[in-house]
Amino acid sequence: MSTHSTRLAARLMVAPSVILLFVWMIVPLAMTLYYSFRFYRLLTPDRTRWTSFDNYTWFLNSPDFWLAIFNTLALVGGVLVITVVLGTLIALLIDQPVKGQGVLRILVIAPFFVMPPVAASIWENLFMHPQNGLFAAFARGFGAQPILFLENYPMLSVIGIVSWEWLPFATLILLTALQSLSSEQLEAAEMDGAGAVSRFRHIILPHLTRAITVVILIQTIFLLGIFGEIFTTTQGGPGSASTTLPYMIFKQAIAAKDIGRAAAGGIIAVILANIVAYFLMRGIGKNLDA
Amino acid sequence: MARASSPRRMILTTLAAWGVALLIFFPVLWMILTSFKTEASAVANPPELLSASWTLENYAEVWARSDYPRFFWNSVVISIGSTLLGLAVAIPAAWAMAFVPGKRTKDLLMWMLSTKMMPAVAVMIPIYLLFQRLGLFDTKTGLILALMLMNLPIITWMLYTYFKEIPGEILEAARMDGAGLRSEILYVLTPMALPGIASTLLLNVILAWNEAFWTITLTTTKAAPLSAFIASFSAPQGLFYAKLSAASTMAIAPILILGWFSQKQLVRGLTFGAVK
Repeated sequence: MSTHSTRLAARLMVAPSVILLFVWMIVPLAMTLYYSFRFYRLLTPDRTRWTSFDNYTWFLNSPDFWLAIFNTLALVGGVLVITVVLGTLIALLIDQPVKGQGVLRILVIAPFFVMPPVAASIWENLFMHPQNGLFAAFARGFGAQPILFLENYPMLSVIGIVSWEWLPFATLILLTALQSLSSEQLEAAEMDGAGAVSRFRHIILPHLTRAITVVILIQTIFLLGIFGEIFTTTQGGPGSASTTLPYMIFKQAIAAKDIGRAAAGGIIAVILANIVAYFLMRGIGKNLDA
Repeated sequence: MARASSPRRMILTTLAAWGVALLIFFPVLWMILTSFKTEASAVANPPELLSASWTLENYAEVWARSDYPRFFWNSVVISIGSTLLGLAVAIPAAWAMAFVPGKRTKDLLMWMLSTKMMPAVAVMIPIYLLFQRLGLFDTKTGLILALMLMNLPIITWMLYTYFKEIPGEILEAARMDGAGLRSEILYVLTPMALPGIASTLLLNVILAWNEAFWTITLTTTKAAPLSAFIASFSAPQGLFYAKLSAASTMAIAPILILGWFSQKQLVRGLTFGAVK
């Protein structure tokens, strides 16, 4: 069905989205690249000039830089591990014959409908707050000191909040995949004496590979840019303890009003995203015959 | 793969599943409960549930203090507008990629997705300046465009996975009957793809509604949606928990209700080709 004219028509149909995306990507990228080689501070806008690699040198030598890279990867990796593992377990549980499955799904999906600033502020104020938070009340109930989540464990707290937001997405995709698994196969394995663990390893897990791939791919895309949750809760602190690469860029742009340095950080973030994307596609891309 | 099991086991799994589900839902529930408490009751120690004093005062006050209907309307226009515009661009593209695949189709899709990996913060300043220059700053048109482009890769991929499941023979049969490209899309493909389009639409309305970076960066007042509304209720120092909860509930309620009512379509669509 690929006559010359259908091929041409197909190209014309793909063209608008490709062109739009290309422009949306290349114009800001080119501008960022330009600014990244400029000395450009909003407080002294008339003193802008070429500054070669100074912005990059500053960024790479900044004491926060490697911490920010580490935090960014920890956030992506941590949330991926938590959501995929818990998502699989919860999907297995909900997939059992249980009463009220419809309502269960409604409860589990709820966090997905909560916008990031709201999610972050619920957790920060209603749960993690050292005076009025529910966790603190629990700790006091047991006679313990309230844990200072955002002060002492800022990165873990952020990972926890973001995991809560993304757990429904992972669970639902894994659940849908699970429901397409034929029960005959599992029963046959059970009759052959395969225990629960080996049934999971040899039948269920291979069946879920594609779904897990999709979850990892889509979540990584969103997680690399996580910003709002940190802005609302820890502001990158205490100190720089929970500063990720996007947050570090934001601090340069908004707090320090240094457009040049922020742009250099932006280019570094784009490079990091490409490295992650490269390994992602190499590692799991083959599972996806998209 | 639901299988028959003993009643005892069913009771146990039901209890476990409900326990887990309630745990996941609890933060939302607690926020809604807090929004109906008085401020004193909201921060009471130990936390109050049955003994709490309930009130609607918080909602009245949030309503009086801010222009909720305007934020709400902006959210509606921006999320639905960007989704419809996105569908208009993505449907032809996904159709072509699914039914007239070339050697580079897979690479093209992956490239589209990879454009989304660029952190928004990294290009915040150029986009901000461009929007100022083009007169798109703080306009609904500008946000519709930005969110459409932001979600376009996801829309295209989702639609592509649906379209690929439609057997090509049906199209060939239609073609034999003399259907042109236009009528093929309008009368054969679209009805078959409608469930897929519906869940793509739902997911993208949700993503656009919850987007909180560009919507806050690119607006001040005129076009500001609910994400900006909630951001304006800044860090409460203990005394404003109930009002913050009320504002939060008002910000998420519309999409929560829409999501719950349409969760069957949404869940059915949330596969991204993960199910063969």
